[in-house]
Amino acid sequence: MTLTRNLIATTLFTAFASGSVMAQDVRIGIASEPYPPFASPDASGNWVGWEVEIIDAVCTAANLDCVLTPVAWDGIIPSLTGQQIDAIMASMSITEERQKTIDFSNPYYNTPAVIVADKSAEIDATPQSLAGKIIGIQGSTIHQAYADTYFGDAAEIRVYQTQDEANQDLVSGRIDATQADSIAMADFVASDAGSCCEIKGNVANNEAILGQGVGAGVRKGDDALRDQINAGIAEILENGVYDEITARYFNTSIMAE
Amino acid sequence: MIHWRDLMQPHRIVLMLLFAALVLWCAISLRWDWIPQYAPLALEGLWRTVWILVVTTVLGFMLAIPLGLAQAVGPWYLSIPARTFCTVIRGTPLLLQIWLLYYGLGSLFPQIPWIRSSELWPYLRQAWPYAVLALTLSYAGYEGEVMRGAFASVNKGQLEAASAFGMPRLTRFRRIWLPQAIRNVLPTLGGETILQLKATPLVATITVVEIYAVSSRVRSDTFIVYEPLLLLAIFYMSIAGLITLAFRQIEKRVPR
Amino acid sequence: MDAILETLGLAQSAELLAFSPPGWGGNLLRGLANSMKIASGAFGMGLLIGLFGAYGKLYGGVVVRDLLAIYTTVIRAVPELVLILILYYVGTDLLNKASLAMGYGRVEISGVVAGIWVLGIVQGAYATEVLRGAIQAVPAGQIEAARAFGMPPLTLMRRVTIPAMMSFAVPGLANLWLIATKDTALLAIVGFSELTLETRQAASSTRAYFTFFLAAGALYLIVTLLSGVVFGRVEKWARRGQPSLREGGR
Repeated sequence: MTLTRNLIATTLFTAFASGSVMAQDVRIGIASEPYPPFASPDASGNWVGWEVEIIDAVCTAANLDCVLTPVAWDGIIPSLTGQQIDAIMASMSITEERQKTIDFSNPYYNTPAVIVADKSAEIDATPQSLAGKIIGIQGSTIHQAYADTYFGDAAEIRVYQTQDEANQDLVSGRIDATQADSIAMADFVASDAGSCCEIKGNVANNEAILGQGVGAGVRKGDDALRDQINAGIAEILENGVYDEITARYFNTSIMAE
Repeated sequence: MIHWRDLMQPHRIVLMLLFAALVLWCAISLRWDWIPQYAPLALEGLWRTVWILVVTTVLGFMLAIPLGLAQAVGPWYLSIPARTFCTVIRGTPLLLQIWLLYYGLGSLFPQIPWIRSSELWPYLRQAWPYAVLALTLSYAGYEGEVMRGAFASVNKGQLEAASAFGMPRLTRFRRIWLPQAIRNVLPTLGGETILQLKATPLVATITVVEIYAVSSRVRSDTFIVYEPLLLLAIFYMSIAGLITLAFRQIEKRVPR
Repeated sequence: MDAILETLGLAQSAELLAFSPPGWGGNLLRGLANSMKIASGAFGMGLLIGLFGAYGKLYGGVVVRDLLAIYTTVIRAVPELVLILILYYVGTDLLNKASLAMGYGRVEISGVVAGIWVLGIVQGAYATEVLRGAIQAVPAGQIEAARAFGMPPLTLMRRVTIPAMMSFAVPGLANLWLIATKDTALLAIVGFSELTLETRQAASSTRAYFTFFLAAGALYLIVTLLSGVVFGRVEKWARRGQPSLREGGR
C-alpha cells in the first residue's frame, strides 16, 4: 500500500515540479510556423514581426505578463480550450463559426483576402477564372472555408499545414494559385522567393466567412482577460504606439473600421 | 486464436461489460453529429490509406530483396551502397524524408524551367507520387536489413545442393533461396507491415488526403477534438487487426 | 576552407548553417538539444513503465495482465501521431482538471515535459515487450535459488533479475532508443520546439529547403551512429563474462 501511495505521490510531484510552473503568466498562443511580416522566427530563435510587437505593446498597456507560446496552427483553438494557452493572437479572424467555441477581443487589424498566382497566369480573383486550376490553402483558416464555398466546385483545393508550404508549392509550380491575407502575400511577392508571382486581386467579400477583422481569441467566459486585452488595444490605439509600430512595417493603416 | 473458454472467465466478463458500458457512454454523451457530413470524405480517406499501404509495402518489399541480397552476398561495390542506403533510411526520421522529397525536390523545380512542359509534370504536381516514393524507400530500407538476415540464415547446404545439380542461379534463387528466406521472416514482416501502417499518417503533411487528414479536417472545421481521434484510433486498430489475421493465415498455409 | 566551399557551390549553404545569427545553425543545434532531452526523458520513462509492465505481465494477477495486454496492443496498433495528439490533449486536460479540483490553479506544462510524457507512454508499451522477453530469458533456476534463500522481491529484482536480463534486453533497448530519437520528429506536427520544427522554420524563412533538411538529416544520422557505438559498448559490458556470440556461445 505504502509503495503505491509513494508512487502516486512521486508521479504527481514530478509532473508538477519538473518544468511545470504554477501559472501566473498569460500564455499568448502564436502559430509555430513563420507568417511574415506578422510573426516569424529569426536566426536567434526570437520571434519578430508586426504582430509580435503589437502583442508586446498590448500586454505592456494592459499590465499583463505575457509569454509567447508557439503552437501548431491547426491545434491552436483546441490548445486554448484545453488550457494549454490563455489567449490566441495569431492573426486569427473573428468569424461566427469560431465564436461558437471561443470569444474574441475587439479587432486589432483587418485586411482583405487576395488570390496570388504566377505572373504569367491569366487568373483573377473570380471563380470562373479559377475553374480547373489547383488552389493551395492553409488549413483551418477563413481562406479554406471561403475557397471551399466559392471555388470548391470548379477547382481542386489542396490543404497545407502552413501558408508557407502553400507559397513554396506555388513557387515550385505544383499549385496554380493560393488565397491568403493581402499583407502576408504582399510581403511574399516582394521577397526574392516570391518574385515569380503577383497578387491577382481581392476576392469578393463575404463577411460571414472572411470575418470582421483579426482579434485576440480567449476562452468562452474568460471575460476578465478579454476586457484586459480590449483595454490594452484601446490604449495603444489612443497613445499612438499602434500607429508607430504600423508605420515601421507598412505604409498604410491596417486597422479595422 | 481466441477461444470461448478464455473469454468467459469471470474477470474477463467484467472487463467486457465495463468496456461495453464505456462504448455506450461514449455513444450517448460524445458528439457524433459530424459523421454523416464527413462520411464520404472519410471513406475516401480510408481507401487512400489502404491503397498507399498496400502499394508501398509491395513495392518496398520488391526493392528490399535486391538490397538484402546485395548486403548478404554481394560484392563490395553493391553491398556498400546498399548498406549506406539502409543506414541512412533507418537513421533519419520518416517525416524528414517525406519533407525532403516533397519540398526539397519542389524547391529545385523553378531552376529547371523545361520541367513544366515535360510528360511527368502532371505527376510531379501531385502529392501522392512523393508519398508513395518516400514510404516505399522507407519500407525498403528497413526490410533490406531484415532480408539481409533472412538470406544469410537460409541453410547453405540447400543452395550448394542446388548448385551441384546444375540449377541455374536465377532458378535456384527463385525456387529455394527466396521462398525459404521469406518463410523465415514472415512473422517479422507482419510486424513491419503494421509499422508501415503507422507511418502512413505522416503523408497528410504533404496534402495527401488520407484518413488522418480527414480527422484533422473534422477537427479544424468543427473544433471537436476527441471524437474524431477516437474513431481514427479504432480504424487503425481494426486495420492492424486485419493485417495480423492475414499474416497468421499466410503463416498457417506456409509449410514449416 | 572558404575556397573549398566556394568551389563546391556550398558557400551559401554554409552561410545559412552558421552557428551564430544570421546563420540558423545555432537554432538547429538548440532544437537538437531539445530533441535529445525529450528522447532521453521518454526513453527513461519508457524503461520505468516497461519494467513495471513486464513484471505485471509475468507475475501479476489476471486483471493486471489483461489490462497490460490492452495497453501494449493499443499502443502498438495506433500510429504514434494519433497517440501523440490524443495523449497530449487528454493528458494536459486531465492534469489541469485535477489540479483545478485540488485548488492549485492551472499547471503550465513545458513542451519538453509534454513531449516526454507523450513519447514515454508510447515507449513504455514497446519496452514492456522487450523487457518481458528479456526477463523470461533469465534462467529460472537463478531466480528460484534466490527465492529459496529468502531474498525479498525488490532485492531479487535488483541483484539477480536485472543484471541477468541486461544482456538480452540491450539490443531491443538500443532499437527503442533509436525509435525514441526518431519519434521526436513527430512532435514538430504538434508544434513542440525540437530539431524538425526548427528545421522547418528555418527552411520556411530562408526557402533553402534542401540545405536545411539535409543538415537535419545529417544531425539525426550522427546521433544514430553515435548511439550505435555507445550501445555496442553497453552490450559488450552487459555481456561481460559470457562467451562471445561469435563462437556460437550463449
